[in-house]
Amino acid sequence: MHPLTVFLADSSWINFDVTSFRQEFWDNTFNGLTFGAIYALIAMGYTLVYGVLRLINFAHSEVFIAGAYALVFTLSGLGFDGSVPGLSTLALIGDMLLACLVAMLASGAIAVLLERIAYRPLRRKGAPPLAFLITAIGVSFAIQYAIFIWRGASAEPAVILFVPKALFSAFGTNITNQQLIIFVAAIVLMLLIDQFIQRTRFGRGVRAVAQDPDTATLMGVNKERAIMLTFLLGGLLAGAAALFYVIKVPSGVVFNGGFTLGIKAFAAAVLGGIGNIRGAALGGLLIGLVGNYGQTLLGNAQWSDVIAFVVLVVVLMFRPTGILGESLGKARV
Amino acid sequence: MSSVRFSRAVLTVVAASLVLGGCAAKTNSSSSSSSGSSGVNLPAVSNVPVPADAVLPAGNGKATCHGVSIAYAGAETGANAQLGLNIVNGVQLAVNQHNAANPGCQVTLKKFDTEGDPTKATGIVTQVTNEADILGAIGLPFSGESKSTGGIFQQAGLVHITPSATNPTLTQQGWTTFFRALGNDSVQGPAAAKFIVNQLHASKVCVVQDDSDYGIGLAAAINKALGDKASSCQDKVTTNQRDFSSTVSKITSAKPDAVFYSGYYAEAAPLDQQLVNGGYTGAFVGPDGVKDDKFIQQAGSASSNTYFTCPCEDGSLISSFATAYQQLAGSAPGTYSLEGYDSATVLLRGIDSGITTRAALLDYVKNYNADGLSKHLQWDSTGELKASTVYGYKVQNGKIVYIGTIS
Repeated sequence: MHPLTVFLADSSWINFDVTSFRQEFWDNTFNGLTFGAIYALIAMGYTLVYGVLRLINFAHSEVFIAGAYALVFTLSGLGFDGSVPGLSTLALIGDMLLACLVAMLASGAIAVLLERIAYRPLRRKGAPPLAFLITAIGVSFAIQYAIFIWRGASAEPAVILFVPKALFSAFGTNITNQQLIIFVAAIVLMLLIDQFIQRTRFGRGVRAVAQDPDTATLMGVNKERAIMLTFLLGGLLAGAAALFYVIKVPSGVVFNGGFTLGIKAFAAAVLGGIGNIRGAALGGLLIGLVGNYGQTLLGNAQWSDVIAFVVLVVVLMFRPTGILGESLGKARV
Repeated sequence: MSSVRFSRAVLTVVAASLVLGGCAAKTNSSSSSSSGSSGVNLPAVSNVPVPADAVLPAGNGKATCHGVSIAYAGAETGANAQLGLNIVNGVQLAVNQHNAANPGCQVTLKKFDTEGDPTKATGIVTQVTNEADILGAIGLPFSGESKSTGGIFQQAGLVHITPSATNPTLTQQGWTTFFRALGNDSVQGPAAAKFIVNQLHASKVCVVQDDSDYGIGLAAAINKALGDKASSCQDKVTTNQRDFSSTVSKITSAKPDAVFYSGYYAEAAPLDQQLVNGGYTGAFVGPDGVKDDKFIQQAGSASSNTYFTCPCEDGSLISSFATAYQQLAGSAPGTYSLEGYDSATVLLRGIDSGITTRAALLDYVKNYNADGLSKHLQWDSTGELKASTVYGYKVQNGKIVYIGTIS
């Protein structure tokens, strides 16, 4: 027999668990969409900045984790901890909104600061794209290890907001309030950002700069302000994503907690078509789904990322600009 | 102007969607505080068996020696310093008690900080072996650094006892100077399996392993011991993974009586938390890598379903030891403090017997056969304890409490 046939037939290294896959298909679908919505919100930050500056902002994962820290500190300050809070619904919503607002402001502020301190000076000097890329990576590490030195290697204590509860069932699986809140709120946020970019004067400015910075400037668009706005929007979305992330993973806030999430969100942005806001949303949901399916099918989370990136590579082979194409700059005005 | 209107719209819509789920969240919060595992009640044990004729560092007070030292090599700083500090305080206590009781034999304790880092440890250990007055050493605490330095001790003929490194391969390197004062991971796996089946009365178990050497090795050991009970429910996760939704759906649909997590607390905590949130009501069992107060902090109230297995004994339950330790360190004994104390006692009593050379002390440890505070200490030719014990712990009211020996 051909060695390759033997290799493939020897099922000890890879095992398709089709039964579990079938059993847990809908469970995985709804969970995947929930986490995918979080990926999508972060992916939008990558895509917005790329669309305008042609810059892969690798520090965006740290913008996200900074928001998550701000969120956890706010919630701890409000008295949330590792036990289920016995709060009234209204008080809970109030606290969540307040914490979310703080997280969005923190992430937004970090993103804008990042642009001012790290990227703008380079832009003024007309630095080559590689300088931006390496700066982004450097800033990413700097923020990560600043947090490490400050908070240590282990995650922050759990902050539990509410316990998921089945609302109704679909396809034999329960849909929980947690899944619904995260998914609906994230989709609404994405729609709002999309409309903001499509319809408002500021959004038009952003698209104009994305399409042709020099002409946009000649036409009276304030280029620097449009760029700053782009970073701010990405940061705000990352802060909102931090709330959903902590709802889902109450003890997931750790210095390098944004890293893998960021890489997958970046992959989501590329999958959907980097520079394209709707593409980022679609890509995020897909990456969430595919990772979950892969893990169950192969019985092993170690394969989950492999599957997600294999799908990415295959899609890019057939559509090199992603599923929806790169279009922020080319959008209709 | 439009941006103000816009942000108001964002807030309204987010608020609306939160109301939607918040209503449901509230009705559930009262039912979630039930106490974990299904009907099994293993009460906390407040005293541990202490061998009646346990050898203590003080001895008969008549020992004479001159200018000899023992060394501690291990982490005193760095990310995992706490474990090293637990040990070094136990060792210091033994030396203090010995010196106070024996005016004619003052042994110096020399401390060397490896930061727990295998690459730094090699240089540090070379330095230890170069100091001629050091007759024996306690360390190294971690398996990685122990692996990288065992050969250096061997060349120098310097006996060393590790109070905490549990990787089974450490005693398979052909070293004759390496001794381990506790059971290794291949002892812990079968013991944990026995505990889950006999004491938690589980007939179906899910085993989740991480991607570390420790997690993979331990999972193999426990799977072998559990056999059919766990063969249909296995999952593998990765270090730094935080979202376990697919693992949770697998486990909740398999409905096991117990889940064994083979890895460290950083991933175990969010996994347990998400399992309980996902409706899992069985027991959660973790090895010594999970047994840490940080686990309880990070898993929150979900941790009340958790049991731990550990080759380490809780020194705070031996009152004479705990009181003396508290006076010295200003805190209660931690994980491996007692093992550090016992290991140092072996070396000190060797020195008391009149030994002045490394070779003689090595020989003394090889032939040692007596009780320590924690357990009977006698080693086989590879440096592994002839009989080792695994201890059970559980989470009760947000604290780790001892529930007796499990093997």
